[in-house]
Amino acid sequence: MTRTLRNLPGYAFLTVAAVLSLFPLYFMVVSATNTSQDVLGSRLTPGTNLLQNVRDLFATADVRSAMWHSAVNAVATTLVALVVCSIAGYGFEIFHSKGKDRLMGVLLLAMMIPFAATMIPLFQLFADMGLTNSTLAVILPAVSTPFLILLFRQSSRNFPHEILEAARLDGLSELMIFARIYIPTMRSTYAAAATITFMAAWNNFLWPKVILVSPQYQTMPMLISNLTSGYVTNYGVLMLAVLLASLPTVVIFLVLQRSFAEGITGAIK
Amino acid sequence: MTTVAGTPRDLSKARRFGLEGRRNLTGWAFLIPAALLIGVMSFYPMVQALILSLKSGKGTNLNWAEPLWYNYERLTRDTIFVQTVKNTFVYLIIQVPVMLILALILSYLLNKKDLRFKAFWRTAIFLPCAVSLVSYSMVFRTLFATDGFVNDALLALHLVDAPVNWLNQPNTARTVIIIGLLWRWTGYNMVFYLAGLQNLDYATFEAAKIDGAGPVKTFLYVTIPQLKPMILLTAIMSTNGTLQLFDESWALTAGGPANMSKTMSHYLYDVSFRLTPQFGYGAAISYVILVLVAILAFIQMKVGDRRD
Repeated sequence: MTRTLRNLPGYAFLTVAAVLSLFPLYFMVVSATNTSQDVLGSRLTPGTNLLQNVRDLFATADVRSAMWHSAVNAVATTLVALVVCSIAGYGFEIFHSKGKDRLMGVLLLAMMIPFAATMIPLFQLFADMGLTNSTLAVILPAVSTPFLILLFRQSSRNFPHEILEAARLDGLSELMIFARIYIPTMRSTYAAAATITFMAAWNNFLWPKVILVSPQYQTMPMLISNLTSGYVTNYGVLMLAVLLASLPTVVIFLVLQRSFAEGITGAIK
Repeated sequence: MTTVAGTPRDLSKARRFGLEGRRNLTGWAFLIPAALLIGVMSFYPMVQALILSLKSGKGTNLNWAEPLWYNYERLTRDTIFVQTVKNTFVYLIIQVPVMLILALILSYLLNKKDLRFKAFWRTAIFLPCAVSLVSYSMVFRTLFATDGFVNDALLALHLVDAPVNWLNQPNTARTVIIIGLLWRWTGYNMVFYLAGLQNLDYATFEAAKIDGAGPVKTFLYVTIPQLKPMILLTAIMSTNGTLQLFDESWALTAGGPANMSKTMSHYLYDVSFRLTPQFGYGAAISYVILVLVAILAFIQMKVGDRRD
């Protein structure tokens, strides 16, 4: 009794924080089913305008194409990033040498380079190669990150050396050891890396906006930001688009929350 | 002593060296794709941007500026740029400390052993991270519309007499961006502190309790000092992120009214990719951001070190 009472301010604080965190999301979901007037009229209960909002949204913007492009970009970024960064992290740790440590130090410096400072030359680089509007141009700047390499390097420390030696004695090539033994053993690290990479890629806005110059290649965040460019904004339709764009990442978050948390904090342990 | 090549001992040595050498090479081969990509996608463009910032002209017609630092000198006279620097620093100075303190308090509460519904609190406060910056910007834009929910609520509670034109006044527009940033990122930082708290020695908390320290004292003198490396890391990450703010400025307030809530990155985009591109001038803006990130990270590391 006294214990609960003493904790009361704590519970009150957490309740306020949780309500403030969840309310905008609740508002987004409910508003997707309401008319624009109801949204502005602060209606907080589900309405009956969902289907009309769906029809209006699909009539004003090519949602299917934007969802498709978002998905392709995010999946491609994730797959390539996992391969490139995990094999590098493995290389740094398992074939450890002074030279490699020095290189890692240099690569870590790249963490401090703001994307803004590389954006214009990157645009010129891809434009010169005729790669604007290409998936390759969207994903290449995002697939090799010092953060992911560090994450894989740190978790490679837990990779048992006995297994490595045994596999070598069995005559497996180094690449085979990586592919057949390391990858399955490190499943949880891959899950963490995949979650954070997919979510970041799905939500990325600035770079796709710069490099995808033709409207038909636009991704969901670009589509959403264009919905408010007209004279009148239909808020029900806008909230529906926001809801559709958020569904994949929210579902991934709810299912893989632990992996996501491990992913963002994992590299610093 | 000379050894005859081919004795068993020597052979094994040679073989071992060969094997080591080969493994070392394999290691290099494994990390070269990643290293090359970082070189080409980060370091090379960073150098290019510096060169570009010394050029002037529009579109593809770029020449060495006269004098070379012309773009940088022009920035000091550019009132819009100066305004965006001010705006960015307002976000940085207000939002980052408030957010980190909130995240610290939340993680402290969530780390208590006897707390009930722990998973629920954690998920609820962490969930905003799953929503994209553009998406949440649109939700906040709707909530803070002049005839939107926030004004309705404030009017109903008699906290204001007339609807506030949130997005069209400089200070309120900046406030909405700060509220949005707090909403989106507090839970994210809380997760870092939770990870840090899990690595702490629980005995220190027990000792504080035995010594009669209350929750506030325990928090200030036991929790915070032990979390210092984590606080430093989150401070650097948040500073880095705030200096590069783009999505919120673009989607939530559109930089308005009249550039009063626009961020440096937003202005960089305007200069480089809207109307007639001025890549040289844009590159100069990007270098100001780069230098600010470096200076602030350096200061934070110095301050973080000093208290050890």
